[in-house]
Amino acid sequence: MNLLIQGGRVIDPSQGIDEVLDILVENGAVKELGKGVKAPSGTETIDASGLIVTPGLIDMHVHLRDPGHEYKEDIVSGTKAAAAGGFTSVACMPNTKPVNDNKAVTSYIIAKAKAEGSVNVFPVGSITQGSKGELLSEMGELKESGCVAVSDDGHPVTNSELMRRALEYAKGMGIMVISHAEDLSLVGAGVMNEGFVSTELGLKGIPWAAEDAATARDVYLAEFTDSPLHIAHVSTKGSLRIIRNAKARGVKVTCETAPHYFSLTDDAVRGYDTNAKMNPPLRTADDVTAVKEALKDGTIDAIATDHAPHHIDEKDLEFNEALNGIVGLETSLTLSLRLVEEGVLTLPVLVDKMACNPAKILGIDRGTLKPGSVADITVIDPKATWTVDADKLASKSKNSPFLGWEVKGAAAFTIVGGKVVYKR
Amino acid sequence: MGFKHKDIIALKDLSKDEIELLISTAENMREINSRDIKKVPTLRGKTIINLFYESSTRTRTSFEIAGKRLSADTVNITASTSSATKGETLLDTAKNLEAMKPDIVVMRHAVSGSHYFLAKRLSCSIINAGDGAHEHPSQGLLDMLTIKDRYGRLDGLKVAIVGDITHSRVARSDIAGFTMMGSRVFLAGPPTMMPPGVERLGNVTVCATMKEAIQDADVIIMLRIQQERQGKTLIPNTREYSRYYGLNPENLKWAKPDAMVMHPGPINRGVELSSYVADGANSHVLKQVENGVAVRMAMLYHVSGGTLVTE
Repeated sequence: MNLLIQGGRVIDPSQGIDEVLDILVENGAVKELGKGVKAPSGTETIDASGLIVTPGLIDMHVHLRDPGHEYKEDIVSGTKAAAAGGFTSVACMPNTKPVNDNKAVTSYIIAKAKAEGSVNVFPVGSITQGSKGELLSEMGELKESGCVAVSDDGHPVTNSELMRRALEYAKGMGIMVISHAEDLSLVGAGVMNEGFVSTELGLKGIPWAAEDAATARDVYLAEFTDSPLHIAHVSTKGSLRIIRNAKARGVKVTCETAPHYFSLTDDAVRGYDTNAKMNPPLRTADDVTAVKEALKDGTIDAIATDHAPHHIDEKDLEFNEALNGIVGLETSLTLSLRLVEEGVLTLPVLVDKMACNPAKILGIDRGTLKPGSVADITVIDPKATWTVDADKLASKSKNSPFLGWEVKGAAAFTIVGGKVVYKR
Repeated sequence: MGFKHKDIIALKDLSKDEIELLISTAENMREINSRDIKKVPTLRGKTIINLFYESSTRTRTSFEIAGKRLSADTVNITASTSSATKGETLLDTAKNLEAMKPDIVVMRHAVSGSHYFLAKRLSCSIINAGDGAHEHPSQGLLDMLTIKDRYGRLDGLKVAIVGDITHSRVARSDIAGFTMMGSRVFLAGPPTMMPPGVERLGNVTVCATMKEAIQDADVIIMLRIQQERQGKTLIPNTREYSRYYGLNPENLKWAKPDAMVMHPGPINRGVELSSYVADGANSHVLKQVENGVAVRMAMLYHVSGGTLVTE
């Protein structure tokens, strides 16, 4: 099926394009970009005037919970939520049950996503067998089966020697390591950011140093082994300083943050709202400012959601007992567009961080509208206003601190391989 | 003025007037406790459940006696005998209890904020008998009453609170209450037990040494070292702790000669307090316990919204 997207503001940082153009899609690939593009008769047309057309957004950090925890989310519901959020591709973390540390699990995810999913799914395998932090996983076979990176996300690799070997081994296999940087001995029984709010609420705090110390270790190991490293969900001023300095030295380090780290502070925990409980925890206003600065100066390469669905029974609990994490796929774009409104980022830079850079970091052939490339396209309505409503989320879980927020900007069309998979 | 809250969860949520009302009601309740027949019909027909997820002797007994002196029917549930040991969630436990129509649930729970969680979901009154490291409002009130007994006022007094501030719900209630009533609060303890930003909790002063905190103090509140709660990394041992942060007859001289010494109990004798001080002339520890019953009677009375019948 062919498709003509007419008269939208096309923003494709991979080609340096930001102008009103038409895009012709033929047989699932981008055929032509230009003004007044003529389409063969019978071509379906999308009138994109007033809308923004970008390479399909990529969320490089989600939890689809499938296999093993399908009561929270599965590949079908998770990719529907992704499509509704404007994402054409997601990379899913390996903390499934069983852990994605082998070909069988990777193949299952890829096959199910192909057969029943709405968007592309790129699995991330584990760094260590069972994510237990003891033995390296079979990274060669994981890569061959379709994994785009390895991570023990949710758990840091606590043993520094093992992390060193993981970086070296992964480099040999041509697969990238994503670090969950957290010093567990500093985290202890902490349940929120350590600071004035934790003091007032009487909740055990997690110091920022828990993230900074682990980030520093992993950055130095990446430098020592000369291996590429990606740091997941960065939330502190200190970690960003470490990463910024490392980049200046030429260390092959990239990083991501999540919308909640530039949208909320630990004030959101007041009232003991378990939807504000996540890991790393929401930090202070100083950290939020630092995250925005790092987005602006390029220290932060990508915006990812860490979409972490949990069932209501796992959240409607005393604060200490509730599980960490929030759903993010359907609020990421609108929260990120606020950065443009606030003047933190330009639209092209935002698109870079939500589409082009994630593709580059993961080494996948996406994140571009170059003729010949796969027609994964997001059409954004920057003016759409809506309310974040639990009943309308496509995700199976509703654990979001943004419920009830009046927001602006949404995906109008999500197009995967030339096919419209979501229409607002 | 009347008391408008369904629940009493934290002193920081109350106004100065409301705290004064609770204290003055407790003063009236004390008369009942000194009678031969220590019972009034005020809460007759009301059911109070004491739901204790953490072990406690004085607080649970004190609440039970308070309820009984007001003629309420009181039922005690402790974690070891509850369905929590069978994996029931707090919310389910509470809903089941509510189906039995209690009027008040007095709860102690190890997780800060669990009372807010329950109060939002249950129609009966919730009284906080201690939640994690958050608040212990009845202790704060009985501390204030005990000081008022001695000085006739709370404003302008120098109150030192010494020990593990980080893990202390008593400290948080005391800080909220005392600063609201106009006392000057000084904190001391090892830096490993001093939570960040604590000076912003109602204008308190964090002191570098115990001497600075208790110098010329009118009141010294010694907190319990909660060996069961904190990890082993906060202090080297109780020997060194007692040397630098324990109260003994020698360093008590830094305070005013008749300074009040208080402790929420149970005391680790020889650690926070030497026995000479714990049992000495300055100690008001047992007076605190005595006042606890009256304060809890006042709390039960006000959340039940009843009329005080003392005849």
